[in-house]
Amino acid sequence: MGPAETSTVRPKQSLLFNPTLRSVVYQTTLCLVIALLAWAAISNAIDNLARARIATGFGFWYHTAGFDISQTLIEYTSHGSTYGRAFWVGLINTLLVAVLGIIGATILGFIVGIARLSKNWLVAKVASGYVEVIRNLPLLLQLLFWYNAVLKALPETRNSLVIANSVYLNNRGLVVPRTVWQDGIGLPLLVFLSSIVAAFVYRYWARRRQMQTGKPAPVLWVALALIVLPVAVTLLFTGLPVTFEFPERGRFNVTGGTEVLPEFAALLFGLIVYTAAFIAEVVRAGIQSVPTGQTEAALALGFRSNLGLRLIVLPQAMRVIIPPLTSQYLNLVKNSSLAVAVGYPDLVQVFTGTVLNQTGQAVEVVAITMAVYLSISLFTSLAMNIYNRAITPVGDRS
Amino acid sequence: MTMAEGELARAEIAFVRGAYVAPLPPPPGTTGAIGWMRANLFSSVFNSILTVVMLVFVVWLGVEIVNFLIRDAVWTGADRAACIVSPEHPRVGACWPFVWERLNYFIYGSYPVAERWRVDIFFAMLAVGVVWILWLDSPRRDLAAGYFFVVLPICSFVLLHGMQTIGLPIVDTSLWGGVLVTIVVAAVGIVVSLPLGILLALGRRSDMPAVRILSVIFIEFVRGVPLITVLFMASVMLPLFVPEDLSPDKLLRALIGIALFASAYMAEVVRAGLQAIPRGQYEAGNALALKYWQRMGLIILPQALRVTIPNIVNTTIGLFKDTTLVFIVGIFDLLKTIEAARIDPKWASPVTSATGYAVGAIFYWVFCYSMSRYARHMETRLSAGRERR
Repeated sequence: MGPAETSTVRPKQSLLFNPTLRSVVYQTTLCLVIALLAWAAISNAIDNLARARIATGFGFWYHTAGFDISQTLIEYTSHGSTYGRAFWVGLINTLLVAVLGIIGATILGFIVGIARLSKNWLVAKVASGYVEVIRNLPLLLQLLFWYNAVLKALPETRNSLVIANSVYLNNRGLVVPRTVWQDGIGLPLLVFLSSIVAAFVYRYWARRRQMQTGKPAPVLWVALALIVLPVAVTLLFTGLPVTFEFPERGRFNVTGGTEVLPEFAALLFGLIVYTAAFIAEVVRAGIQSVPTGQTEAALALGFRSNLGLRLIVLPQAMRVIIPPLTSQYLNLVKNSSLAVAVGYPDLVQVFTGTVLNQTGQAVEVVAITMAVYLSISLFTSLAMNIYNRAITPVGDRS
Repeated sequence: MTMAEGELARAEIAFVRGAYVAPLPPPPGTTGAIGWMRANLFSSVFNSILTVVMLVFVVWLGVEIVNFLIRDAVWTGADRAACIVSPEHPRVGACWPFVWERLNYFIYGSYPVAERWRVDIFFAMLAVGVVWILWLDSPRRDLAAGYFFVVLPICSFVLLHGMQTIGLPIVDTSLWGGVLVTIVVAAVGIVVSLPLGILLALGRRSDMPAVRILSVIFIEFVRGVPLITVLFMASVMLPLFVPEDLSPDKLLRALIGIALFASAYMAEVVRAGLQAIPRGQYEAGNALALKYWQRMGLIILPQALRVTIPNIVNTTIGLFKDTTLVFIVGIFDLLKTIEAARIDPKWASPVTSATGYAVGAIFYWVFCYSMSRYARHMETRLSAGRERR
């Protein structure tokens, strides 16, 4: 962009065509226009808020909320808890559905993505049919379908579907036995945690031995034994400090046990099914980006096809898969805000819905909500970037 | 003579055949339908089990869908009584008379019946514009963009909203609904987001730091938050930011939200296209002493947008699906009209919801799937020149 330095005699240029000056003028104008718009918006907002007698500032955070929330993972009461507490309840509900959704969608997405490339014609066709149908339907329609047409069409409480006398399924949700922790659970828990550490240490040792001597050691079975056996022994020894509270059917509802809300189930299921279709495409593209020679080399070395896929092809495909996978995770987190349509109390439903309606403080509430989603987005990208760096071969790192 | 000698020599050696043996038939079970099934469906025990399980699943699903949509479906009736389980109908499938009665509501919402021809003309004009701009061999494509981005929006607004001076009564946007609103939201989204997205993409690659930073902030901010919060912002915060008497109506607020949201995504798609243009093209523009807008408009953008068409169409599919979210801020798009109709006591029955959603699903699927086919077709067409032979 800068003028050529080589010419000694520069033609005299009109100031009107000086690139630097023009650029400064353009940028100043743009900034001024935006500042002017912002100023107009803010002064209008102050006027409008004053006229509508709506309070400003974040004082409402400490006011009593006074409404109920159907799913609270932390303590919350309608008469004693503040709007701030309601925000945290909503945020935790959002994070719960997002984390479970990401785990489920990743598993289903990888299965479908690999199935699309299966040599089994029928499996490949079913997988691609799934992707084509699900990807081309709005998520909101799918959520409403799962919630209103599937879960709400389940039998009423009286005629609940019962599995093994302990799991009840009806149109008010799913009730499963609840684990009740009693005193003396500390020791088994400690044993459990230390067995996990032991299993990792064992895996490290087995890998090292294989690297040094070429002798493989069974990892999966030993690790399972390391975790299950000591815990089972300690549990028996301490006299089973864990009991299950089984749900019982009353006349109008099922009492006891842990209840899974139909709203939660519909949202989680819908998000998993929808996002998995996109992840499947990402996985397929990633696997196809690995040259066929790699698969053939794995076969030539005597790997069975599933082992070759796991040890040779997928690790190389992951480099292509991770960046778009990250954006799918972010989409899932953002899409979890559609909870409001089925009435699951997530951040948007509780905070941007109920709290906004009760306080009327649109600017503050929407700003907080957006800030939360922005931070989640940034944090997820950061975590995925770190993971991406960890799995990139050292030589390829920039 | 050598040939004859050779024949003679061969004949003398007893263990050499004098004539070719007819080829054996291929081993049984490797050709034809059976061979294909062996190779593709039953190549191993695991694969065979998988095939059987999948076959059972597919047949079950297919039978259920056909049963619901056709065999058990109710075809005639006046109200919900026709669509509930009774001794004559032990199994009830889709409730088609409900759809038939509400079809006009699904298409036009509450748009006045006498004025619905205006909506039909709008659909026709839009269809012409879409075909003109998407079909690469259509005549006078140079005029298509002008039609799509200038003539069509103005005509549509006059037609749909009305204008007293030319004798078209005003139809308030609160009466609009159904497919009309879905299409309007999607069309406004694409018509606004493409130019705005191009500007943002150019801004993000600009040499001027202020322009670049502002573009980046806008794009990354919008892409980092869910559409629904943008819609909430547009519907509850926007009225606060403008003087009270200028407050936009509900539909316009949602349109602004959707358009801004789509612009940020479009900007990233266009940016990818801009990055795909070799540096030499920019330098050639400079060497010809073209000004910035000439360089972009005549050299860079025509090439960049052409390679971006598949991605633009894919973004449009996303936008089309996202239009359903206006439902949450209380706009009567197709999904909302289905929601409103399915809980109407006149038709409420256990199958009404599923029937309504089936109609919505077919509508969205047909549109989105054909767009994705078009994107794939464009991809192969555009890569034809670069394909290795």
